[in-house]
Amino acid sequence: MSEYRAPIREMQFVLKELAGLDEVAQLPGCEEAAADVVDAVLEEAAKFAEGVLSPLNVVGDREGAQFQDGQVTMPKGFKEAYKLFAESGWTALGSETEWGGQGLPKLVATPVSEMWKSANHAFALCPLLTGGAIDALVLSGSDKLKQTYLEKMVAGEWTGTMNLTEPGAGSDLAAVRTRAEPQADGSYKIFGQKIFITYGEHDMADNIIHLVLARTPTAPEGVKGISLFIVPKFMVDDAGRLGARNDAWCASIEHKLGIHASPTAVMAFGDKGGAIGYLVGEENRGLEYMFIMMNVARFGVGMEGVAVSERAYQRARDYAKERVQGTDIGVRGSVKVPIIVHPDVRRMLMSMKAKTEASRALAYVVAGAHDKAVHHPDAAVRKQHQAFVDLMIPVVKGWSTEIGIEVASTGIQVHGGMGYMEETGAAQYLRDARISTIYEGTTGIQANDLIGRKMARDGGATFKVVIGLMRALDADLARHDGLAAIRRRFAAGVDALTSAGEWIVATYAADVRAASASAVPFLTLFGIVAGGWQMARAALVAQARIDAGDSDPFYPAKIATARFFADHLLSQADGLASSVTDGAAGVMALAEEQF
Amino acid sequence: MKILVSVKRVVDYNVKVRVKADGTGVDVANAKMSMNPFDEIAVEEAVRLKEAGIATEVVAVSAGIANCQETLRTALAIGADRGILIETDVELQPLAVAKLLKAVCEKEQPQIIICGKQAIDDDANQTGQMLAALMDWPQAAFASKVIVANGKATVTREIDGGLETIEIALPAVITTDLRLNEPRYATLPNIMKAKKKPLETLTPEALGIDVSPRLKTLKVAEPAKRAAGIKVADVAELVAKLKNEGVIA
Repeated sequence: MSEYRAPIREMQFVLKELAGLDEVAQLPGCEEAAADVVDAVLEEAAKFAEGVLSPLNVVGDREGAQFQDGQVTMPKGFKEAYKLFAESGWTALGSETEWGGQGLPKLVATPVSEMWKSANHAFALCPLLTGGAIDALVLSGSDKLKQTYLEKMVAGEWTGTMNLTEPGAGSDLAAVRTRAEPQADGSYKIFGQKIFITYGEHDMADNIIHLVLARTPTAPEGVKGISLFIVPKFMVDDAGRLGARNDAWCASIEHKLGIHASPTAVMAFGDKGGAIGYLVGEENRGLEYMFIMMNVARFGVGMEGVAVSERAYQRARDYAKERVQGTDIGVRGSVKVPIIVHPDVRRMLMSMKAKTEASRALAYVVAGAHDKAVHHPDAAVRKQHQAFVDLMIPVVKGWSTEIGIEVASTGIQVHGGMGYMEETGAAQYLRDARISTIYEGTTGIQANDLIGRKMARDGGATFKVVIGLMRALDADLARHDGLAAIRRRFAAGVDALTSAGEWIVATYAADVRAASASAVPFLTLFGIVAGGWQMARAALVAQARIDAGDSDPFYPAKIATARFFADHLLSQADGLASSVTDGAAGVMALAEEQF
Repeated sequence: MKILVSVKRVVDYNVKVRVKADGTGVDVANAKMSMNPFDEIAVEEAVRLKEAGIATEVVAVSAGIANCQETLRTALAIGADRGILIETDVELQPLAVAKLLKAVCEKEQPQIIICGKQAIDDDANQTGQMLAALMDWPQAAFASKVIVANGKATVTREIDGGLETIEIALPAVITTDLRLNEPRYATLPNIMKAKKKPLETLTPEALGIDVSPRLKTLKVAEPAKRAAGIKVADVAELVAKLKNEGVIA
């Protein structure tokens, strides 16, 4: 059996050495994030993830959420675990102190949420969605709405949802048809059906606060006519007490490939006369508000990729050490050996480890930049970091989640036939990971966001700044002979990314279809080079520690992993760049009828 | 009523320790360290007594290197009110720890000191008993249930072959067994608050205690590897083998 163990040592390394925890802790409003407090938070979160959430992961997968007569019953143990989770204050970690939160920076919330996701992906979706709803309310809600809902949501007593998708409006939200009719008292009546609503109905909390996209009667067509509403499951009076059941009902839940414990609801609003809703912010600006929280949610989903990679790696590693099969290929008359001795199994484990560490480092660095973008006293510095975050979020979301699938799949391969058996536990990770490249915008949508909004719009200005940061590492790498191979591969990777990026920016204006056809290969290239960037930085830190006489085996292992990443991942950069610049014609070569 | 709790920083129970190549001890460099699980039970019990309105203050005490502060912070996050670290780089043996705790008891005047029955690193199971003797206080070791009332503690002890319930006058030493309670998960607000709780640092010298080791470790070795098994045809062969190997007479 393989039990999840939070990789605290690795997390601390990335937080402190790569993502700038100390700098973040200096920012106004982030003073609580001192390294020793963060260490204590990680230790205790690890206990909770390992002791409470991880044991429910398989139970949740096998039992699944159950639907009957409009009610959803969670798998055994989930309700109790959620209660303990909320009572322990974990739902409040990143929220503002004004509403009862701890106000810890995103950089601290990120490794903690990684633990929840590694331990139990399906469970972790509930606080993720609630967090998104809280963000939307904090940013755009009226004082009355904030007073009514925020404290309970931050405390985890009530959970939140995001109701965007409809049967005819998935990736294209312009097609939203749900109606909102203004009432005399300033509220609205909501009518319509929403699908794929994560935790739209469940029995873990007393109330569920739905955030719903809908159109008012006078709204213009398209994305500029969508407004955001709050629709509680139970009405809340001025004293904060729960009242009548609102006309927002779960019609059914979906049968899915993975995340079986996460109830994916079909929500019917207004079938019995109209669901009472309250406008968030101003009319027709709903999508704008949604996008603010979508960035948060996209980062959160990107972390699912990191988290599942870690979990799949741990299980494969534990199995490879235990499973005895075959002899050592280089040794005549060898005894039977554990499969971790075999070079190809090693290669698989190294690829899993390297991808996990690179995607984690990149995500945490973006989280640290997010904190600087929010809290730095200098507006120019804030702006600079916000631009970096905006550029990198589609990379973190798109690349890390694709990595998650790859690593979970390799994890099954390490197990051989046993990996294909559900009892082994490796298969669940692949099934669970499969959704992460789809929801909150598919990889294709992330790639289009990257090349369009994030690169073409500013003429590649932010992209060039990032390339500059990458190139600046070369001088440091050049000082260490032991890092020469990493340096060479990384420099070549940056060259490939630069030329592909320039092509994207130029082509986007001239031939947007060609640029779009190359968007996903470009996102992959960006992910690999950015991951290699962080691995090279990690190798430099490790080398400095070794040179200073530190004998911790963590450091040589880090350099070896960075070297593997350079030789096995960064080495793909040239090929990917060629796909970007030469591949578009092939993508669009056939006429529709030829398919 | 004040309760003192002793907490020790040990190698985490999940870590598979390895003996150093020179056989002088166990390699703990870079290993994950945490609070001795029996001490966690001790802290939990003390905090529960406080929550029940019986204790008014819970003071956690640790002795060892500066990093033991982390272990004290864990105790503070569970609910102890303040911490005392007796800082020293000397390898501390049970008698030295008992003497240090005695000095702290004299200073703090607790009604109860709760210790883990043993630490999972050296498994000595001595400190609590030695402390009781040094203080000339009653002791109740291996507690699986503790009731405090009217200046007395009624303690159910796990003993060979069953349970024994005794009543002891306070002040007294109690050591915890595994089934006394199940320690809680520290809440996030309490983890954050722990940093702001007072933590006093003392030294053995300041307390006037000589902590130099009395015992010398001659050799530390890994347990013998289990030899491969064999199959026997029947019971008769099994009995014969066991007799041959000297396992049975």
